Amino acid sequence: MLAISNLHVAYGQSEVLHGLNVAVSPGEIVAIMGRNGMGKTTLMKALMGIVPTKSGSVSMNGVEVTGLRSYERVAQGLAYVPQGRMIFSAMTVEENIETGLVASGGKAVPRDIYELFPVLLEMKARRGGNLSGGQQQQLAVARALATGPKVLLLDEPTEGIQPSIIREMARTLKRIRDERRLSIVVSEQVLSFALDVADRVLVIENGEIVRDDPRAGINETEVAKYLSI
Amino acid sequence: MFGDYSLGDLAAIFAMQGFAGLILFSVFLLMALGLAIIFGQMGVINMAHGEFMILGAYVTWMTSNFFQAYLPALFSGYFFVAMILAFLASGALGMLVEWGLIRHLYKRPLDTLLATWGLSLILQQCYRSIFGAREVGVDLPQWMLGSFQVTDAIQIPINGVFVMCLTILITCAVAYVLYWSRWGRQVRAVVQNRVMAGAVGINTERVDRYTFALGCGVAGIAGSAFTMIGSTGPTSGQLYIVDTFLVVVFGGAASLVGTIASAFTISQAQSTLEFFLSGSMAKVLTLLAIVGILMLRPQGLFSLKVRK
Ligand SMILES: Nc1ncnc2c1ncn2[C@@H]1O[C@H](COP(=O)(O)OP(=O)(O)OP(=O)(O)O)[C@@H](O)[C@H]1O
Ligand SMILES: [Mg+2]
Repeated sequence: MLAISNLHVAYGQSEVLHGLNVAVSPGEIVAIMGRNGMGKTTLMKALMGIVPTKSGSVSMNGVEVTGLRSYERVAQGLAYVPQGRMIFSAMTVEENIETGLVASGGKAVPRDIYELFPVLLEMKARRGGNLSGGQQQQLAVARALATGPKVLLLDEPTEGIQPSIIREMARTLKRIRDERRLSIVVSEQVLSFALDVADRVLVIENGEIVRDDPRAGINETEVAKYLSI
Repeated sequence: MFGDYSLGDLAAIFAMQGFAGLILFSVFLLMALGLAIIFGQMGVINMAHGEFMILGAYVTWMTSNFFQAYLPALFSGYFFVAMILAFLASGALGMLVEWGLIRHLYKRPLDTLLATWGLSLILQQCYRSIFGAREVGVDLPQWMLGSFQVTDAIQIPINGVFVMCLTILITCAVAYVLYWSRWGRQVRAVVQNRVMAGAVGINTERVDRYTFALGCGVAGIAGSAFTMIGSTGPTSGQLYIVDTFLVVVFGGAASLVGTIASAFTISQAQSTLEFFLSGSMAKVLTLLAIVGILMLRPQGLFSLKVRK
C-alpha cells in the first residue's frame, strides 16, 4: 500500500533521516516508536510533502508520490493528523471537517464520521479553537477521514491525553481500520498504546529504523530500552 | 463654519452631502474589500490596487463608447455589461500578475510592496500609451442622471442610490462566497494555516490565484463606479490607494463589518466636510480624526475575537 524506500530527508545541510525503508500492507497498523528528536515528525512531514525529500522514494499503491505536492498526495490517498492537531481554530467544527471534503469531492460530512465521534456532532457549530485538547484530536482525525484516505498518518496522537482516553483512542483507531479497510501509520512514544493498537512496531533512532517487530511475540523490554534514556 | 446656516438648512445640507457621498462610499468599500481580501489571504499589500481599479474604469469607458457607437438602443443598460467586463478584465489581469509576479514573492512582504509599486508605475505607463494622457469621461444613460426630489431642499442623485445598491449586493455576494461557500472554506483554511490546508487536500496555490483575482476584480467594479464621480486618467488610481489603506486599517483588517463601517464613516466625513471647507482641509480633518481614533483603538473599529 505505502512503500518508503531509501528515504533521505534533510533540513538545509543537516540530514535527519538517513535512508528509511518501510512497507505498509493494506489494513495494517504500524507504530513507529522513538524518543524526542529522533525524526518521527520529520518522516510524517516528508510523507505529506511538507518537507522536501532529498533522495529516495515514496509510493502509494505503486504510484510514485515523491515529487507531488501535499494536496496531490491527499488525492492519492494519504491523510495526516499532525502533532499538535493543527485544526483551523477560527472555523467551526463542521467547517473543519468539511475542508477535508475538498479532496474526496463529497458535499456534506458523512454520517459515519459523526458516528465515530458523537461529541463532534454535538459541538459542530462551535469554533474549533474552543474545543478541549482531546476533542481537537478527534476533530483532526475526523478531518483526515473526510478526505477518504487509504493510509492514515498520525503523529503522536496520545500527546497530552489522559490514559483512559488513550485506551479508547486505540479502540477507535482499530475500529476505523476495520470499518474502512485502511492502513494506519502512527508515531508514538507510549509503548502500551503502540502495543494496544499496532500489528507491527518499528523503532526509529537517529533517523534510522533500528528494529522492526511484528506485534505477536514482541520483546517488550528490548523495545522499551530504546525509549528510555 | 456652520454659523451662517439655519438648522433646517444644515439638516438638508447634511442629507444632500450624505447622499452625494454614496458613490465615494461605494468606491471606497469595493476598493477596501479587494485590498482586504488580498491582504488577509496572502499578506500581500497590493500597491497597484488603484491601477486595477482604473483598468475597470477604462473598460467601463470603452464599453460605453462601444454601446454609443454600435448599440445606441441598448445604451441605457450598458453599465451592467461594463461592470461585468470590468470585473473580468481586472480579475484576469490579477490572475496573470499573481502567476507572473506575486507567487514568487510570498513571505517577502517588503519585496511584494516594491514589486507591486513598480507594477503600478508600469500599468500607469501602459494606460498612458494605450489610452493617452488625457483624462476621459463617461456619459451616463439618461435614467441615471436625475435625482429624486425628497423635499424642497433635499435631492438624492439616482446614480448614487443605484451604485450603492449594487455595491451592497456585491458586498453580500463576496461575504457569501467567503463565509458560506465551499470555496470560501478553502480560502479561510489557507489563511489560517497554509501548510495544514495543503495537507487536508486543498490546492493552496490555486486558492491564492483565484483569491488575488477576486480582489482585483472587485477593484475593477470599483473602477466602474468611479467613472461616475471622476474622470479617468492614467494616474487617477493613485489618489485612491491611500484612502483605501485608511479604510482597511481603520475598519480593522479581517473584519467585513469593520470595512463597511469604516468606508461609510470616511466617505461621509469627507463628503460632508467638503461642503463647508476646501477639499484638502476636509481631508486633513478626516485624517486627524482617524489618527486620533486609531491611537485609542489600534486594532481598528472591529476585530475578530477568537482563541488562536
Ligand atoms: N525545521 C527544522 N530545521 C532544522 N532542524 C529540524 C527542523 N525540524 C526538526 N529538526 C531536527 O530534526 C530532528 C528530528 O526532529 P523531529 O521533529 O522529526 O523529531 P520527533 O521524533 O518528531 O520528536 P518529538 O517526539 O519531540 O516530536 C531533530 O534533531 C530536530 O532538531
Ligand atoms: Mg514529533
